[in-house]
Amino acid sequence: MLPPEPHLHSSYTSAFASALIDPRSETPAVVTGPRGKAAIKRYNVYRNNVTASLIEALAAIYPAVQRITGVEFFRAMARSHIRATPPTSPLLFEYGRDFPAFIETYEHASAMPWLADTARIERAWLDAYHAADAEPLPAAALGSSPQERLAELCFVVHPATGIVRSRLSAVTIFAANRDDAVQGRIDASMPEDALITRPDLDVVVRHLPAGGAVFLASLIAGQPLGEAAALALDASPTFDIASAIAGMIEAGAFTAATLEKQDGQ
Amino acid sequence: MNAATKPAACAAIPLRFPALPIGGLAGTSFKHQHLAEIRADGGGRGFFEVHAENYMGAGGPPHRALETLRRDFPISLHGVCMSIGGERPLDRTHLARFQHLVERYEPALVSEHLAWSTHDTTYFNDLLPLPYTEATLRRVCDHIDQFQEAIRRPILLENPSTYVAFRESTMSETDFIRSVSQRTGCGLLLDVNNVFVSATNHGFSALDYLSDFPLADVGEIHLAGHAEQSDDEGELLLIDSHNGPVADAVWKLFEIVVSRCGPVPTLVEWDSNIPDWPILKAEAAAAQAILDRSHGIAEARHAAA
Repeated sequence: MLPPEPHLHSSYTSAFASALIDPRSETPAVVTGPRGKAAIKRYNVYRNNVTASLIEALAAIYPAVQRITGVEFFRAMARSHIRATPPTSPLLFEYGRDFPAFIETYEHASAMPWLADTARIERAWLDAYHAADAEPLPAAALGSSPQERLAELCFVVHPATGIVRSRLSAVTIFAANRDDAVQGRIDASMPEDALITRPDLDVVVRHLPAGGAVFLASLIAGQPLGEAAALALDASPTFDIASAIAGMIEAGAFTAATLEKQDGQ
Repeated sequence: MNAATKPAACAAIPLRFPALPIGGLAGTSFKHQHLAEIRADGGGRGFFEVHAENYMGAGGPPHRALETLRRDFPISLHGVCMSIGGERPLDRTHLARFQHLVERYEPALVSEHLAWSTHDTTYFNDLLPLPYTEATLRRVCDHIDQFQEAIRRPILLENPSTYVAFRESTMSETDFIRSVSQRTGCGLLLDVNNVFVSATNHGFSALDYLSDFPLADVGEIHLAGHAEQSDDEGELLLIDSHNGPVADAVWKLFEIVVSRCGPVPTLVEWDSNIPDWPILKAEAAAAQAILDRSHGIAEARHAAA
Protein backbone atom coordinates (compact mmCIF):
# COMPACT_ATOMS: atom_id res chain seq x y z
CA MET A 1 0.00 0.00 0.00
CA LEU A 2 1.12 3.53 -0.75
CA PRO A 3 1.69 5.77 2.24
CA PRO A 4 -1.14 8.26 2.66
CA GLU A 5 -0.61 11.76 1.30
CA PRO A 6 1.01 14.01 3.89
CA HIS A 7 -1.86 16.49 3.95
CA LEU A 8 -4.26 13.79 5.10
CA HIS A 9 -2.20 13.47 8.26
CA SER A 10 -1.72 17.15 8.98
CA SER A 11 -4.50 18.87 10.81
CA TYR A 12 -4.01 22.61 10.87
CA THR A 13 -7.09 23.08 13.04
CA SER A 14 -5.80 20.64 15.70
CA ALA A 15 -2.37 22.26 15.67
CA PHE A 16 -3.76 25.79 15.75
CA ALA A 17 -6.49 25.09 18.31
CA SER A 18 -4.20 23.22 20.72
CA ALA A 19 -2.87 26.35 22.41
CA LEU A 20 -5.79 28.75 21.98
CA ILE A 21 -7.21 28.52 25.48
CA ASP A 22 -4.18 27.09 27.27
CA PRO A 23 -1.80 29.91 28.21
CA ARG A 24 1.02 27.45 29.04
CA SER A 25 1.18 25.97 25.54
CA GLU A 26 3.76 27.21 23.06
CA THR A 27 2.93 28.89 19.77
CA PRO A 28 2.00 26.13 17.29
CA ALA A 29 4.85 25.33 14.91
CA VAL A 30 2.52 25.38 11.88
CA VAL A 31 2.31 29.18 11.91
CA THR A 32 4.90 31.84 11.21
CA GLY A 33 5.30 35.56 10.70
CA PRO A 34 6.24 36.86 7.23
CA ARG A 35 9.83 36.45 5.98
CA GLY A 36 10.85 34.36 8.94
CA LYS A 37 9.51 36.74 11.59
CA ALA A 38 8.34 35.22 14.87
CA ALA A 39 4.68 34.42 15.49
CA ILE A 40 4.40 34.52 19.28
CA LYS A 41 2.68 37.90 19.64
CA ARG A 42 0.88 37.33 16.36
CA TYR A 43 -0.61 34.04 17.55
CA ASN A 44 -1.43 35.66 20.89
CA VAL A 45 -3.83 37.99 19.07
CA TYR A 46 -6.03 34.95 18.41
CA ARG A 47 -5.63 33.73 21.98
CA ASN A 48 -6.68 37.12 23.30
CA ASN A 49 -9.61 37.35 20.90
CA VAL A 50 -10.93 33.94 21.94
CA THR A 51 -10.69 34.43 25.70
CA ALA A 52 -11.66 38.11 25.77
CA SER A 53 -14.69 37.61 23.52
CA LEU A 54 -15.93 34.66 25.60
CA ILE A 55 -15.46 36.65 28.82
CA GLU A 56 -17.52 39.40 27.16
CA ALA A 57 -20.18 36.84 26.27
CA LEU A 58 -20.43 35.68 29.91
CA ALA A 59 -20.47 39.28 31.14
CA ALA A 60 -23.36 40.01 28.77
CA ILE A 61 -25.33 37.03 30.12
CA TYR A 62 -24.43 37.65 33.79
CA PRO A 63 -24.34 41.46 34.30
CA ALA A 64 -25.62 41.30 37.90
CA VAL A 65 -22.95 38.76 38.85
CA GLN A 66 -20.30 41.05 37.35
CA ARG A 67 -21.75 44.08 39.16
CA ILE A 68 -21.60 42.19 42.46
CA THR A 69 -18.09 40.76 42.06
CA GLY A 70 -16.48 43.68 40.24
CA VAL A 71 -14.95 43.45 36.78
CA GLU A 72 -11.54 42.02 37.72
CA PHE A 73 -12.99 39.25 39.91
CA PHE A 74 -15.56 38.41 37.25
CA ARG A 75 -12.98 38.24 34.46
CA ALA A 76 -10.76 35.88 36.46
CA MET A 77 -13.73 33.65 37.35
CA ALA A 78 -15.00 33.69 33.75
CA ARG A 79 -11.52 32.88 32.40
CA SER A 80 -11.33 29.83 34.68
CA HIS A 81 -14.75 28.68 33.52
CA ILE A 82 -13.90 29.17 29.82
CA ARG A 83 -10.77 27.02 30.19
CA ALA A 84 -12.74 24.29 31.96
CA THR A 85 -15.89 24.49 29.84
CA PRO A 86 -15.47 26.24 26.49
CA PRO A 87 -18.60 26.73 24.38
CA THR A 88 -19.78 23.91 22.14
CA SER A 89 -22.49 25.86 20.28
CA PRO A 90 -21.80 28.76 17.92
CA LEU A 91 -24.83 30.49 19.46
CA LEU A 92 -23.27 32.50 22.28
CA PHE A 93 -26.61 33.19 23.96
CA GLU A 94 -26.67 29.45 24.69
CA TYR A 95 -23.28 29.61 26.42
CA GLY A 96 -22.75 29.68 30.17
CA ARG A 97 -25.40 27.16 31.26
CA ASP A 98 -22.75 25.52 33.47
CA PHE A 99 -21.52 28.81 34.87
CA PRO A 100 -23.83 28.91 37.95
CA ALA A 101 -22.65 25.42 39.00
CA PHE A 102 -19.06 26.53 38.38
CA ILE A 103 -19.60 29.57 40.62
CA GLU A 104 -20.75 27.21 43.39
CA THR A 105 -17.41 25.40 43.27
CA TYR A 106 -15.23 28.50 42.68
CA GLU A 107 -13.40 28.86 45.98
CA HIS A 108 -12.90 32.62 45.72
CA ALA A 109 -16.70 33.02 45.54
CA SER A 110 -17.43 30.88 48.61
CA ALA A 111 -18.13 33.99 50.71
CA MET A 112 -21.04 34.78 48.34
CA PRO A 113 -23.24 31.65 48.64
CA TRP A 114 -26.15 33.42 46.88
CA LEU A 115 -24.08 34.26 43.79
CA ALA A 116 -24.81 31.00 41.93
CA ASP A 117 -28.58 31.36 42.33
CA THR A 118 -28.37 34.98 41.21
CA ALA A 119 -26.61 33.66 38.10
CA ARG A 120 -29.36 31.05 37.63
CA ILE A 121 -31.95 33.83 37.52
CA GLU A 122 -29.85 35.71 34.96
CA ARG A 123 -29.55 32.58 32.80
CA ALA A 124 -33.35 32.08 33.00
CA TRP A 125 -33.80 35.77 32.11
CA LEU A 126 -31.84 35.29 28.85
CA ASP A 127 -33.67 32.06 28.01
CA ALA A 128 -36.96 33.93 28.42
CA TYR A 129 -35.63 36.76 26.24
CA HIS A 130 -34.91 34.39 23.32
CA ALA A 131 -37.87 32.01 23.86
CA ALA A 132 -40.54 31.56 21.21
CA ASP A 133 -43.29 34.16 21.12
CA ALA A 134 -46.72 33.09 22.34
CA GLU A 135 -49.93 34.76 23.50
CA PRO A 136 -50.40 34.28 27.24
CA LEU A 137 -53.60 32.79 28.61
CA PRO A 138 -56.21 35.55 28.85
CA ALA A 139 -57.74 36.24 32.24
CA ALA A 140 -61.21 35.39 30.92
CA ALA A 141 -60.19 31.80 30.06
CA LEU A 142 -60.77 30.48 33.58
CA GLY A 143 -64.15 32.14 33.82
CA SER A 144 -65.36 30.24 30.75
CA SER A 145 -64.45 26.84 32.22
CA PRO A 146 -67.15 24.92 34.14
CA GLN A 147 -66.63 26.04 37.74
CA GLU A 148 -67.28 22.58 39.22
CA ARG A 149 -64.38 21.19 37.16
CA LEU A 150 -61.79 23.92 37.87
CA ALA A 151 -59.72 21.48 39.92
CA GLU A 152 -59.27 19.30 36.82
CA LEU A 153 -57.84 22.12 34.68
CA CYS A 154 -54.38 21.55 33.21
CA PHE A 155 -52.18 24.31 31.86
CA VAL A 156 -49.84 24.64 28.87
CA VAL A 157 -46.66 26.41 29.91
CA HIS A 158 -45.54 29.51 27.99
CA PRO A 159 -42.18 28.97 26.20
CA ALA A 160 -40.54 31.81 28.17
CA THR A 161 -41.60 30.68 31.65
CA GLY A 162 -38.96 29.63 34.16
CA ILE A 163 -38.72 29.10 37.92
CA VAL A 164 -35.59 29.45 40.03
CA ARG A 165 -35.74 28.41 43.69
CA SER A 166 -33.12 29.74 46.08
CA ARG A 167 -32.44 28.99 49.75
CA LEU A 168 -31.08 32.53 49.91
CA SER A 169 -32.32 35.95 48.78
CA ALA A 170 -31.28 35.62 45.14
CA VAL A 171 -34.37 37.38 43.74
CA THR A 172 -33.77 40.53 45.78
CA ILE A 173 -30.05 40.43 44.98
CA PHE A 174 -30.77 39.94 41.27
CA ALA A 175 -33.24 42.83 41.21
CA ALA A 176 -30.89 45.15 43.11
CA ASN A 177 -28.07 44.50 40.66
CA ARG A 178 -29.89 44.64 37.33
CA ASP A 179 -30.65 48.33 37.58
CA ASP A 180 -28.62 51.27 38.77
CA ALA A 181 -30.81 52.08 41.77
CA VAL A 182 -28.87 52.36 45.01
CA GLN A 183 -30.13 49.80 47.53
CA GLY A 184 -29.88 49.53 51.25
CA ARG A 185 -28.39 46.48 52.93
CA ILE A 186 -29.95 43.19 51.89
CA ASP A 187 -30.66 40.37 54.33
CA ALA A 188 -29.44 37.54 52.11
CA SER A 189 -30.64 34.75 54.39
CA MET A 190 -34.33 34.67 53.36
CA PRO A 191 -35.25 31.86 50.93
CA GLU A 192 -36.71 33.29 47.72
CA ASP A 193 -38.26 31.78 44.59
CA ALA A 194 -38.33 33.55 41.24
CA LEU A 195 -40.86 33.31 38.42
CA ILE A 196 -39.44 34.46 35.08
CA THR A 197 -41.87 35.23 32.23
CA ARG A 198 -42.02 37.19 28.98
CA PRO A 199 -45.69 37.70 28.06
CA ASP A 200 -44.69 40.05 25.22
CA LEU A 201 -41.37 41.89 24.71
CA ASP A 202 -40.21 42.45 28.27
CA VAL A 203 -38.82 39.76 30.54
CA VAL A 204 -40.29 40.06 34.04
CA VAL A 205 -38.83 38.46 37.19
CA ARG A 206 -41.29 38.09 40.08
CA HIS A 207 -40.68 37.07 43.66
CA LEU A 208 -43.13 34.20 44.29
CA PRO A 209 -45.05 34.00 47.57
CA ALA A 210 -44.75 30.93 49.81
CA GLY A 211 -45.91 27.76 48.05
CA GLY A 212 -45.98 29.51 44.67
CA ALA A 213 -42.97 27.68 43.23
CA VAL A 214 -44.33 24.24 44.17
CA PHE A 215 -47.73 25.19 42.74
CA LEU A 216 -46.35 26.45 39.40
CA ALA A 217 -43.79 23.66 39.06
CA SER A 218 -46.60 21.12 39.51
CA LEU A 219 -48.73 22.84 36.86
CA ILE A 220 -45.73 23.01 34.49
CA ALA A 221 -45.21 19.28 35.06
CA GLY A 222 -48.79 18.74 33.84
CA GLN A 223 -50.61 18.15 37.12
CA PRO A 224 -54.16 19.49 37.35
CA LEU A 225 -54.98 22.62 39.33
CA GLY A 226 -56.47 20.79 42.33
CA GLU A 227 -53.46 18.54 42.83
CA ALA A 228 -51.02 21.42 42.34
CA ALA A 229 -52.86 23.46 44.97
CA ALA A 230 -52.82 20.53 47.42
CA LEU A 231 -49.07 20.09 46.96
CA ALA A 232 -48.53 23.81 47.47
CA LEU A 233 -50.60 23.76 50.68
CA ASP A 234 -48.57 20.80 51.92
CA ALA A 235 -45.38 22.74 51.27
CA SER A 236 -46.67 25.96 52.77
CA PRO A 237 -49.79 26.30 54.96
CA THR A 238 -50.04 30.00 54.09
CA PHE A 239 -50.37 29.26 50.36
CA ASP A 240 -53.21 31.36 48.88
CA ILE A 241 -54.65 29.71 45.77
CA ALA A 242 -56.75 32.69 44.62
CA SER A 243 -53.82 35.09 44.54
CA ALA A 244 -51.56 32.39 43.07
CA ILE A 245 -53.94 31.91 40.11
CA ALA A 246 -54.35 35.66 39.64
CA GLY A 247 -50.57 36.07 39.80
CA MET A 248 -49.79 33.40 37.21
CA ILE A 249 -52.36 34.85 34.79
CA GLU A 250 -50.98 38.34 35.25
CA ALA A 251 -47.43 37.08 34.74
CA GLY A 252 -48.35 35.27 31.53
CA ALA A 253 -46.85 31.98 32.72
CA PHE A 254 -49.19 29.80 30.64
CA THR A 255 -50.71 29.87 27.16
CA ALA A 256 -53.74 27.61 27.51
CA ALA A 257 -55.94 25.78 30.01
CA THR A 258 -57.58 22.49 29.15
CA LEU A 259 -59.72 19.97 30.99
CA GLU A 260 -57.44 17.03 31.44
CA LYS A 261 -60.00 14.47 30.34
CA GLN A 262 -60.51 16.21 27.00
CA ASP A 263 -56.88 15.53 26.08
CA GLY A 264 -57.36 11.85 25.53
CA GLN A 265 -60.54 12.09 23.43
CA MET B 1 -41.31 49.80 21.25
CA ASN B 2 -44.97 50.83 21.13
CA ALA B 3 -48.03 48.70 20.58
CA ALA B 4 -48.42 49.79 16.96
CA THR B 5 -45.27 47.89 15.98
CA LYS B 6 -46.57 44.59 17.28
CA PRO B 7 -47.57 42.21 14.51
CA ALA B 8 -51.03 40.73 14.97
CA ALA B 9 -50.10 37.05 14.80
CA CYS B 10 -46.36 36.84 14.38
CA ALA B 11 -46.00 33.07 14.71
CA ALA B 12 -48.88 31.89 12.55
CA ILE B 13 -48.66 34.01 9.41
CA PRO B 14 -45.45 33.88 7.38
CA LEU B 15 -44.11 37.37 6.93
CA ARG B 16 -43.61 38.79 3.47
CA PHE B 17 -41.28 41.71 3.03
CA PRO B 18 -40.81 44.11 0.12
CA ALA B 19 -37.98 43.23 -2.31
CA LEU B 20 -35.97 46.38 -1.63
CA PRO B 21 -32.99 46.92 -3.98
CA ILE B 22 -29.54 47.26 -2.39
CA GLY B 23 -27.48 48.30 -5.44
CA GLY B 24 -25.27 51.34 -4.91
CA LEU B 25 -26.20 51.73 -1.24
CA ALA B 26 -24.06 52.25 1.84
CA GLY B 27 -25.15 50.66 5.11
CA THR B 28 -24.09 49.97 8.68
CA SER B 29 -24.05 47.16 11.18
CA PHE B 30 -27.43 47.05 12.96
CA LYS B 31 -27.31 47.57 16.72
CA HIS B 32 -30.55 47.30 18.70
CA GLN B 33 -29.85 50.45 20.69
CA HIS B 34 -30.07 52.45 17.43
CA LEU B 35 -33.49 51.15 16.33
CA ALA B 36 -35.60 53.99 17.74
CA GLU B 37 -33.41 56.64 16.10
CA ILE B 38 -33.27 54.75 12.80
CA ARG B 39 -37.06 54.65 12.76
CA ALA B 40 -37.28 58.31 13.78
CA ASP B 41 -35.11 59.14 10.73
CA GLY B 42 -38.05 57.90 8.67
CA GLY B 43 -36.82 55.20 6.30
CA GLY B 44 -33.80 56.92 4.76
CA ARG B 45 -31.55 55.50 2.09
CA GLY B 46 -29.31 52.61 3.09
CA PHE B 47 -29.20 49.05 4.35
CA PHE B 48 -28.34 47.17 7.52
CA GLU B 49 -26.23 44.11 8.14
CA VAL B 50 -26.85 41.68 10.98
CA HIS B 51 -24.85 38.76 12.30
CA ALA B 52 -27.00 35.75 11.51
CA GLU B 53 -26.24 33.95 14.80
CA ASN B 54 -27.78 36.74 16.86
CA TYR B 55 -31.17 35.92 15.29
CA MET B 56 -31.08 32.17 15.75
CA GLY B 57 -33.11 32.23 18.94
CA ALA B 58 -36.75 31.14 18.75
CA GLY B 59 -38.36 34.54 19.28
CA GLY B 60 -38.35 37.64 21.44
CA PRO B 61 -37.03 41.18 20.98
CA PRO B 62 -34.25 40.34 18.45
CA HIS B 63 -36.73 39.03 15.88
CA ARG B 64 -39.22 41.80 16.60
CA ALA B 65 -36.51 44.41 15.94
CA LEU B 66 -35.33 42.73 12.75
CA GLU B 67 -38.90 42.41 11.44
CA THR B 68 -39.42 46.12 12.06
CA LEU B 69 -36.17 47.04 10.31
CA ARG B 70 -36.73 44.68 7.38
CA ARG B 71 -40.02 46.34 6.45
CA ASP B 72 -38.20 49.57 5.58
CA PHE B 73 -34.68 48.50 4.60
CA PRO B 74 -32.82 45.83 2.66
CA ILE B 75 -30.94 43.50 5.01
CA SER B 76 -27.59 41.80 4.60
CA LEU B 77 -27.31 38.52 6.53
CA HIS B 78 -23.70 38.02 7.61
CA GLY B 79 -22.67 34.68 9.12
CA VAL B 80 -19.69 34.56 11.45
CA CYS B 81 -19.44 30.91 12.49
CA MET B 82 -20.23 28.49 9.66
CA SER B 83 -16.56 27.41 9.90
CA ILE B 84 -16.25 27.10 6.11
CA GLY B 85 -12.47 26.96 6.44
CA GLY B 86 -12.53 24.18 9.03
CA GLU B 87 -11.65 20.53 8.55
CA ARG B 88 -14.78 18.97 9.92
CA PRO B 89 -18.08 18.76 7.99
CA LEU B 90 -20.40 21.75 8.28
CA ASP B 91 -22.80 21.62 11.23
CA ARG B 92 -26.14 20.51 9.72
CA THR B 93 -28.14 21.98 12.57
CA HIS B 94 -26.47 25.32 12.01
CA LEU B 95 -27.07 25.08 8.24
CA ALA B 96 -30.77 24.46 8.86
CA ARG B 97 -30.97 27.45 11.21
CA PHE B 98 -29.26 29.61 8.59
CA GLN B 99 -31.61 28.39 5.86
CA HIS B 100 -34.59 29.23 8.05
CA LEU B 101 -33.34 32.80 8.56
CA VAL B 102 -32.84 33.28 4.82
CA GLU B 103 -36.40 32.12 4.18
CA ARG B 104 -37.83 34.23 6.96
CA TYR B 105 -36.13 37.56 6.23
CA GLU B 106 -35.41 37.37 2.48
CA PRO B 107 -32.08 39.20 2.80
CA ALA B 108 -30.67 41.11 -0.17
CA LEU B 109 -27.19 39.71 0.58
CA VAL B 110 -25.88 36.61 2.36
CA SER B 111 -22.23 36.31 3.33
CA GLU B 112 -19.74 34.25 5.36
CA HIS B 113 -16.02 34.27 6.11
CA LEU B 114 -13.05 32.41 4.71
CA ALA B 115 -12.15 31.20 8.21
CA TRP B 116 -12.98 28.57 10.80
CA SER B 117 -14.16 28.81 14.40
CA THR B 118 -14.98 25.28 15.55
CA HIS B 119 -12.62 22.37 16.18
CA ASP B 120 -13.77 19.03 17.63
CA THR B 121 -16.59 20.19 19.88
CA THR B 122 -15.19 23.58 20.86
CA TYR B 123 -16.49 26.83 19.42
CA PHE B 124 -13.74 29.47 19.67
CA ASN B 125 -15.80 32.56 18.76
CA ASP B 126 -13.07 33.97 16.53
CA LEU B 127 -12.33 33.93 12.81
CA LEU B 128 -9.32 31.63 12.66
CA PRO B 129 -6.99 31.35 9.64
CA LEU B 130 -6.32 28.42 7.32
CA PRO B 131 -3.43 27.38 5.06
CA TYR B 132 -3.91 27.88 1.34
CA THR B 133 -3.29 24.49 -0.31
CA GLU B 134 -4.99 22.29 -2.91
CA ALA B 135 -6.44 20.21 -0.07
CA THR B 136 -7.95 23.16 1.80
CA LEU B 137 -9.20 24.63 -1.48
CA ARG B 138 -11.12 21.43 -2.24
CA ARG B 139 -12.62 21.34 1.23
CA VAL B 140 -13.62 25.00 1.26
CA CYS B 141 -15.32 24.52 -2.13
CA ASP B 142 -17.18 21.45 -0.85
CA HIS B 143 -18.37 23.44 2.18
CA ILE B 144 -19.54 26.37 0.05
CA ASP B 145 -21.34 24.00 -2.36
CA GLN B 146 -23.13 22.49 0.63
CA PHE B 147 -23.96 25.91 2.10
CA GLN B 148 -25.31 27.27 -1.19
CA GLU B 149 -27.40 24.14 -1.79
CA ALA B 150 -28.90 24.43 1.68
CA ILE B 151 -29.97 28.06 1.33
CA ARG B 152 -30.66 27.75 -2.43
CA ARG B 153 -28.73 30.88 -3.37
CA PRO B 154 -25.11 31.97 -3.79
CA ILE B 155 -23.20 33.43 -0.87
CA LEU B 156 -20.55 36.15 -0.78
CA LEU B 157 -17.27 34.91 0.71
CA GLU B 158 -15.27 37.44 2.73
CA ASN B 159 -11.47 37.75 2.56
CA PRO B 160 -9.95 37.45 6.05
CA SER B 161 -7.70 39.66 8.12
CA THR B 162 -4.80 37.58 9.46
CA TYR B 163 -1.89 37.89 11.87
CA VAL B 164 0.03 34.72 11.03
CA ALA B 165 0.80 32.68 7.91
CA PHE B 166 0.93 28.87 7.60
CA ARG B 167 4.21 27.26 6.60
CA GLU B 168 2.32 24.72 4.51
CA SER B 169 0.56 27.29 2.27
CA THR B 170 1.34 26.80 -1.41
CA MET B 171 -0.71 29.56 -3.03
CA SER B 172 -1.55 33.20 -2.48
CA GLU B 173 -4.78 34.27 -0.79
CA THR B 174 -5.99 35.99 -3.97
CA ASP B 175 -5.35 32.86 -6.08
CA PHE B 176 -7.15 30.78 -3.46
CA ILE B 177 -10.17 33.09 -3.37
CA ARG B 178 -10.33 33.36 -7.16
CA SER B 179 -10.36 29.55 -7.46
CA VAL B 180 -13.10 29.23 -4.82
CA SER B 181 -15.25 31.74 -6.68
CA GLN B 182 -14.67 30.03 -10.05
CA ARG B 183 -15.37 26.53 -8.74
CA THR B 184 -18.41 27.28 -6.58
CA GLY B 185 -19.98 30.27 -8.31
CA CYS B 186 -20.01 32.19 -5.04
CA GLY B 187 -19.61 35.95 -5.08
CA LEU B 188 -17.10 37.82 -2.96
CA LEU B 189 -17.32 40.23 -0.08
CA LEU B 190 -14.23 42.43 -0.28
CA ASP B 191 -13.32 43.74 3.17
CA VAL B 192 -11.02 46.64 2.36
CA ASN B 193 -9.98 47.05 5.98
CA ASN B 194 -8.99 43.37 6.07
CA VAL B 195 -6.84 43.92 2.96
CA PHE B 196 -5.12 46.86 4.65
CA VAL B 197 -4.66 44.99 7.97
CA SER B 198 -3.27 41.85 6.30
CA ALA B 199 -1.03 43.85 3.93
CA THR B 200 0.50 45.67 6.90
CA ASN B 201 0.83 42.51 8.98
CA HIS B 202 2.39 40.41 6.22
CA GLY B 203 4.37 43.14 4.49
CA PHE B 204 2.72 43.06 1.07
CA SER B 205 1.22 45.86 -0.99
CA ALA B 206 -2.51 46.39 -0.55
CA LEU B 207 -2.68 47.77 -4.10
CA ASP B 208 -1.00 44.64 -5.50
CA TYR B 209 -3.52 42.51 -3.57
CA LEU B 210 -6.41 44.49 -5.05
CA SER B 211 -4.90 44.18 -8.54
CA ASP B 212 -4.85 40.39 -8.10
CA PHE B 213 -8.32 40.22 -6.53
CA PRO B 214 -11.19 39.15 -8.82
CA LEU B 215 -13.04 42.47 -8.48
CA ALA B 216 -15.67 41.48 -11.05
CA ASP B 217 -17.07 38.97 -8.53
CA VAL B 218 -17.38 41.45 -5.65
CA GLY B 219 -21.00 41.82 -4.49
CA GLU B 220 -20.36 43.74 -1.28
CA ILE B 221 -17.62 45.80 0.34
CA HIS B 222 -16.84 46.07 4.05
CA LEU B 223 -15.13 49.01 5.75
CA ALA B 224 -14.16 49.07 9.43
CA GLY B 225 -11.77 50.53 11.95
CA HIS B 226 -8.64 48.79 13.21
CA ALA B 227 -6.30 49.09 16.19
CA GLU B 228 -2.51 49.16 16.42
CA GLN B 229 -0.21 46.79 18.33
CA SER B 230 3.31 45.57 17.69
CA ASP B 231 4.74 42.19 16.71
CA ASP B 232 7.69 40.29 18.25
CA GLU B 233 10.13 42.44 16.28
CA GLY B 234 8.53 45.64 17.59
CA GLU B 235 7.00 46.46 14.23
CA LEU B 236 3.42 47.54 13.56
CA LEU B 237 0.77 44.81 13.84
CA LEU B 238 -2.77 45.88 12.96
CA ILE B 239 -5.77 44.34 14.72
CA ASP B 240 -9.11 44.03 12.93
CA SER B 241 -10.98 45.42 15.92
CA HIS B 242 -14.13 47.07 14.44
CA ASN B 243 -14.03 49.46 17.39
CA GLY B 244 -13.57 52.86 15.77
CA PRO B 245 -13.89 54.96 12.62
CA VAL B 246 -12.57 53.81 9.24
CA ALA B 247 -8.90 54.81 8.78
CA ASP B 248 -7.92 57.38 6.13
CA ALA B 249 -5.79 54.85 4.27
CA VAL B 250 -8.76 52.46 4.08
CA TRP B 251 -10.99 55.23 2.69
CA LYS B 252 -8.37 55.83 -0.04
CA LEU B 253 -8.27 52.13 -0.91
CA PHE B 254 -12.06 52.10 -0.97
CA GLU B 255 -12.13 54.95 -3.51
CA ILE B 256 -9.72 52.99 -5.70
CA VAL B 257 -11.85 49.84 -5.45
CA VAL B 258 -15.05 51.74 -6.27
CA SER B 259 -13.38 53.43 -9.26
CA ARG B 260 -12.66 49.92 -10.58
CA CYS B 261 -15.80 47.97 -9.73
CA GLY B 262 -18.45 50.67 -9.51
CA PRO B 263 -20.91 51.45 -6.70
CA VAL B 264 -21.02 48.04 -4.97
CA PRO B 265 -23.15 47.92 -1.75
CA THR B 266 -20.81 49.00 1.04
CA LEU B 267 -21.07 48.39 4.77
CA VAL B 268 -19.42 50.26 7.62
CA GLU B 269 -18.87 47.72 10.43
CA TRP B 270 -18.63 48.93 14.01
CA ASP B 271 -19.02 46.15 16.59
CA SER B 272 -17.45 47.34 19.85
CA ASN B 273 -17.20 50.76 21.49
CA ILE B 274 -20.37 51.29 19.48
CA PRO B 275 -20.99 55.01 18.93
CA ASP B 276 -24.25 56.94 18.97
CA TRP B 277 -26.33 56.54 15.83
CA PRO B 278 -25.45 59.96 14.30
CA ILE B 279 -21.73 59.05 14.26
CA LEU B 280 -22.34 55.66 12.62
CA LYS B 281 -24.78 57.28 10.19
CA ALA B 282 -22.13 59.85 9.22
CA GLU B 283 -19.62 57.07 8.42
CA ALA B 284 -22.20 55.45 6.12
CA ALA B 285 -22.93 58.84 4.54
CA ALA B 286 -19.22 59.25 3.76
CA ALA B 287 -19.23 55.87 2.00
CA GLN B 288 -22.46 56.77 0.20
CA ALA B 289 -20.90 59.99 -1.15
CA ILE B 290 -18.04 57.99 -2.69
CA LEU B 291 -20.48 55.46 -4.18
CA ASP B 292 -22.69 58.26 -5.58
CA ARG B 293 -19.70 60.04 -7.12
CA SER B 294 -18.69 56.80 -8.83
CA HIS B 295 -22.26 56.30 -10.02
CA GLY B 296 -22.30 59.89 -11.37
CA ILE B 297 -19.05 59.29 -13.25
CA ALA B 298 -20.41 56.05 -14.71
CA GLU B 299 -23.60 57.80 -15.85
CA ALA B 300 -21.62 60.63 -17.44
CA ARG B 301 -19.45 58.11 -19.29
CA HIS B 302 -22.55 56.30 -20.45
CA ALA B 303 -24.15 59.55 -21.66
CA ALA B 304 -20.98 60.59 -23.51
CA ALA B 305 -20.68 57.23 -25.29
